[in-house]
Amino acid sequence: MNAPAYNFAYLDEQTKRMIRRAILKAIAIPGYQVPFASREMPMPYGWGTGGVQVTAAILGPDDKLKVIDQGSDDTTNAISIRKFFAKTAGVATTTATEDATVIQTRHRIPETTLGAGQVLVYQVPIPEPLRYLEPRETETRRMHALAEYGLMHVKLYEDIARFGHIATAYAYPVKVNARYVMDPSPTPKFDNPKMDNCAALQLFGAGREKRIYAIPPYTQVVSLDFEDHPFEPYRYNAPCALCGADNSYLDEIVTDDKGGRMFVCSDTDFCEGRQADGHHGSLSAAPYKEKAQQQETSNG
Amino acid sequence: MYVAVKGGERAIENAHRLLAHARRGDRNVPEVTLGQISEQLGLAVDRVMSEGSLYDRELAALAIKQARGDMIEAIFLVRAFRATLPRFGASEPVDTGAMRVERRVSSTFKDIPGGQILGPTFDYTHRLLDPQLAEGFVPEEPATAEVATTATPRVTDILGRDGLIEPSPQAAPDAPVGDLTREPLNFPADRDLRLQNLARGDEGFLLAMGYSTQRGYGRNHPFAGEIRFGEVDVEFFAEDVGFAVPLGSIELTECQMVNQFKGSATEAPCFTRGYGLAFGQSERKTMSMALVDRALRARELGEEVRAPAQDEEFVMSHSDNVQATGFVEHLKLPHYVDFQSELGLLRKLRQEFVEANDVEPLQEAAE
Repeated sequence: MNAPAYNFAYLDEQTKRMIRRAILKAIAIPGYQVPFASREMPMPYGWGTGGVQVTAAILGPDDKLKVIDQGSDDTTNAISIRKFFAKTAGVATTTATEDATVIQTRHRIPETTLGAGQVLVYQVPIPEPLRYLEPRETETRRMHALAEYGLMHVKLYEDIARFGHIATAYAYPVKVNARYVMDPSPTPKFDNPKMDNCAALQLFGAGREKRIYAIPPYTQVVSLDFEDHPFEPYRYNAPCALCGADNSYLDEIVTDDKGGRMFVCSDTDFCEGRQADGHHGSLSAAPYKEKAQQQETSNG
Repeated sequence: MYVAVKGGERAIENAHRLLAHARRGDRNVPEVTLGQISEQLGLAVDRVMSEGSLYDRELAALAIKQARGDMIEAIFLVRAFRATLPRFGASEPVDTGAMRVERRVSSTFKDIPGGQILGPTFDYTHRLLDPQLAEGFVPEEPATAEVATTATPRVTDILGRDGLIEPSPQAAPDAPVGDLTREPLNFPADRDLRLQNLARGDEGFLLAMGYSTQRGYGRNHPFAGEIRFGEVDVEFFAEDVGFAVPLGSIELTECQMVNQFKGSATEAPCFTRGYGLAFGQSERKTMSMALVDRALRARELGEEVRAPAQDEEFVMSHSDNVQATGFVEHLKLPHYVDFQSELGLLRKLRQEFVEANDVEPLQEAAE
């Protein structure tokens, strides 16, 4: 039998070179979706294969990797991807945002401000912001080429006419570097302002749809809106029940079947850091909460 | 009162351990071997090799065992392994005309040079469950005869000699071979990439699309010109030695559909082609593929594109079961961050509805 043998970070070097070329092109044209020859990865499409390929292509032996899903380091898919790289690349992993050189994420941007030298890799399900308005790739590529974004503005306007608000709560479209309209992946719109003028490099990988795009450091990212209906980030109006933060995005946790619920930070590293610094919310830390295991060690 | 809502590392490990246990089933029942899967579930192996795009019976059998018989999961395992394999180049085109035919039927001619050869087929069996097969059944030895020495030329070649069917377009000999697993796909796509996409495509999807053309959604009047199954040799042109060297042989099924004709004031009318090819014995797959291939040639043949099967963006973007299953099943992943965002918006809209219409607050449990 042909016993499988795998390269550093799983992908072979030719594939990594191909992905790096796509990444460089993406950085050169902020917000533009670069087609790339996405590979079949050992995890399913729709579960982060684009992000995983980007991470595999940029990871070096000295990197320190953090993986989050829904803001948390200990959600199942984040654990699975972190273990994948710990196993195939042997890189050190961490849950601390400020210690990580590469952060792969699904659906959130960490609360802690990212710094120069850090790379945020987004997992993207549908990279095309115009897809739900126009299903054809041939059409949407033409619309991007001509910067013909009227359809998107009409959609946002129709939301206002129907609901009184722009009814897009996540994957809220942005314009990058005053040129391309871009899908920020399904992050809540609360996170949109963090993309603007960010010191870190932001890379977006869509494996099934075979697209890579990027926001270089310190690039202007504007959420689409209207003068009389300005963009406003949504946040549930409560402090975190665990750490008391009043500026973080919150998960709603249903605690019983009688309407009981609590709100806690979705960014677990941020929340735990604040608790360690002595901040407390209305409830003490969870007694049954499973601690993310010792992730600081390498070769996990 | 904070219940652990987030899965831990240990939970995953235990789930996978339980999966391995469930895969093994009752430990008093003997374990199935790769040889048994390859020999006795051969058509399953053929399908996994075809849609997995990797000709290796042993690995396909392993994938089927590992996937507990879930075909798409097995295809996925093979694909993920294939993606890591280095490429040395492309083989010479295989010559299906020189196939060592095990089965070969044509529905367009009563008899053809080389004859109609039924071979191993479910066709004409009565679909009655056979209790004999439940255990210990030893089938009769197959009937044998002298090996025929007559050639078995392809039916489409016979039609082609008289110009009754369009010539099969030949690529320039040194033109690069399109490969959608190595280059990102762009639309409109050429036929080589379309055929590659269909060859890797889900059998059920292609069956439904092909079927829809028969029911009027992009009708193209097909005849099964020929279906053949057998062994062909694979050769690789080695630069170092300057000639093609044999790599071995593989089993293939090929279907050539003969479809309604085209023609114009300047061009004599002739039949058109639809083509299907798969590893192993996969007649349903190759026939469906040939129907869909012909439907997708609508643009090239100047036909109006109206039906789903004629729409290459629709067909090619949705034919791949590994992509499809991944994205459908990703809905199992947590979405509470984006759901929370929607929930917030919905509550706000409902609140505004209450205020605008001056009605009783809408029912929502106390917080």
